[in-house]
Amino acid sequence: MKPQTLFEKVWDTHVVVEEPDRPAVLYVDLHLIHEVTSPQAFTGLRERGIGVRRPDKTVATMDHSTPTLPKSLAVIDDQAKAQLRMLEQNCEEFGIELFGIGTKYNGIVHVIGPERGFTQPGKTIVCGDSHTSTHGAFGALAFGIGTSEVEHVLATQCLLQRKAKTLEVRVDGQLMPGVTAKDIILALCAEVGTGGATGHVIEYTGSAIRGLDMEGRMTVCNMSIEAGARAGMIAPDEVTFDYLKGRDRVPKGADWDAAVERWRALKTDEHAEYDKRVVIDASKLEPMITYGTNPGMGMGISGTVPNLDSFSEPSQQAAFEKAMFYMDVEPGKPLLGKKVDVVFIGSCTNSRIGDLRMAASVLSGRKVAAGVRTLVVPGSHDIKAQAESEGLDRIFKDAGAEWREPGCSMCIAMNGDNLEPGQYAVSTSNRNFEGRQGKGGRTFLASPLTAAASAVTGEVTDPRRLLLS
Amino acid sequence: MAKFTTLTSHCVPLTADNVDTDQIIPARFLKVTEKHGLGDSLFSDWRYDEDGSPKRDFVLNQPESQGAQILIAGHNFGSGSSREHAPWALVSWGFRAIIATGFADIFKSNALKNGLLPVEVTPDVHKKLMQAVQLDRGTKITIDLPTQSVTGLGSLEATFPIDAFSKHCLLNGIDQLGYLLSFDDQITKYEQQRT
Ligand code: SF4
Repeated sequence: MKPQTLFEKVWDTHVVVEEPDRPAVLYVDLHLIHEVTSPQAFTGLRERGIGVRRPDKTVATMDHSTPTLPKSLAVIDDQAKAQLRMLEQNCEEFGIELFGIGTKYNGIVHVIGPERGFTQPGKTIVCGDSHTSTHGAFGALAFGIGTSEVEHVLATQCLLQRKAKTLEVRVDGQLMPGVTAKDIILALCAEVGTGGATGHVIEYTGSAIRGLDMEGRMTVCNMSIEAGARAGMIAPDEVTFDYLKGRDRVPKGADWDAAVERWRALKTDEHAEYDKRVVIDASKLEPMITYGTNPGMGMGISGTVPNLDSFSEPSQQAAFEKAMFYMDVEPGKPLLGKKVDVVFIGSCTNSRIGDLRMAASVLSGRKVAAGVRTLVVPGSHDIKAQAESEGLDRIFKDAGAEWREPGCSMCIAMNGDNLEPGQYAVSTSNRNFEGRQGKGGRTFLASPLTAAASAVTGEVTDPRRLLLS
Repeated sequence: MAKFTTLTSHCVPLTADNVDTDQIIPARFLKVTEKHGLGDSLFSDWRYDEDGSPKRDFVLNQPESQGAQILIAGHNFGSGSSREHAPWALVSWGFRAIIATGFADIFKSNALKNGLLPVEVTPDVHKKLMQAVQLDRGTKITIDLPTQSVTGLGSLEATFPIDAFSKHCLLNGIDQLGYLLSFDDQITKYEQQRT
């Protein structure tokens, strides 16, 4: 048999029907839904008078517009409230399990999927959310879909899909202290640009990827979409199995052993060919930061913002100038030392326990600089509880940061947590688009270490400076 | 879904590359539970001042843009979030086609399900179209789906790719869920085999 890539293996086992000149009918093992992208899909079902084919393969959470202020469950406005209520009603009517607001396992959709063990190697996983790519860290084929497709999956448990091309991103070498998974993925985005991997599914390989824990791997896969790839995958290994073992929704006993046996085959065969390849030397990376208005506009933190003449195409130049105008940063100058107003530590990219531990390692025994608002928003209630049992909440609060309830929060600024016009934030989230964190707000994307270090000094800061001192 | 065969219209030129779906429709407008009425919020942060009045210099607000059904955008249009609210807002404003040198995957898939045609042309053709339209905002372009062609500028005749299935669905106004539902038996068989 022809050697296959990991992507091809998962794809092939999920094709229900394949006809010439038609997209394949692809089976979906796990469908995650949230309040923002599902209401119109359920309305569509009702209009057609059909039900949900597999409520047992559908899981819902509330995360995008949920409040994060401790002890207050006041939702920001009536519209958001109506949307949350609608999800509740839909789940109730169609028999879908819902991790609702205020319940024990509620959290960001891409955090609770893996945490509860719904996410497993070899599964096809979709959600009306582009960061569904996160789940690929387990060797699943996971990608974001639109609301029409949410309706398709609710109705048929299938999607019409064309097979993507494959891109190997090989990351070898040892990361230097102070350099994290987030820096790997920001470096990839800077290297290929925000549309560089369009039409491809990425597979991350190499010793630096193998060396990451599951949380780091999720951070990397999460931002595959920021390079244009709908999905990113990492072949499962012992690290994956150790993470999953004993979680609520994974097989138990002999079934677990059988599952692990199956999962071990989920890797790219020797001599299998990718359509494209990018190589990154992890040992040469430094902490990364973005300077512009898409995640591809990034650089090493000690570097300088490019000049207009770094770009050859007029359209690229126009985009660069527009970004410079919006961000009000100076071409050719460093970002280090730039004053920041807000630091946001959270989002499905960097809100897991390892991320919080990293931030705490910097903030421990230190204070947030005067005038800097620092929000720490755990990705789920489970993580929140874990962090509190380790005393991380105390470290954050003692430093002068706000310790919040779980949710998407300032990653998307739908719930009342937002930047004010003109403010600068160092954020561990995934998008620095204009207005993403609040109308007129300006975002520098970085790792939890860089974000925490910048909170302490009140300006864009290389975390290695604080880690060494 | 509305059928798409041939469209002749004047155009709105939007020069930026990598226009993301957060610009097409900012997140604060995603709290709706319906698909309709998002046209007013299209490009909201580029389109309105602090006090909500239209910014004169934004292209969508110019009188020449009114009634246009074609948007000429830059490279990698629709990147970022998977929100289908983006094509809903574009269609609600009145667009039926977008010409660009490339589209983000999820946006393209969403657009095709809403009768909004993504027309991918070469950088060279794109440049000619953009220049002509910027020079004379009355320039009319014709997009013909059966022949997959773009015409209207003198001798310029460009083609664009589209997969056979999406083309068939657009030409006939076929909704993809209906098609998918016809595989019910095969899906059941697949489910039985797997368990
Ligand atoms: S944290 Fe941000 S990127 Fe992740 S699901 Fe929520 S809004 Fe989307």
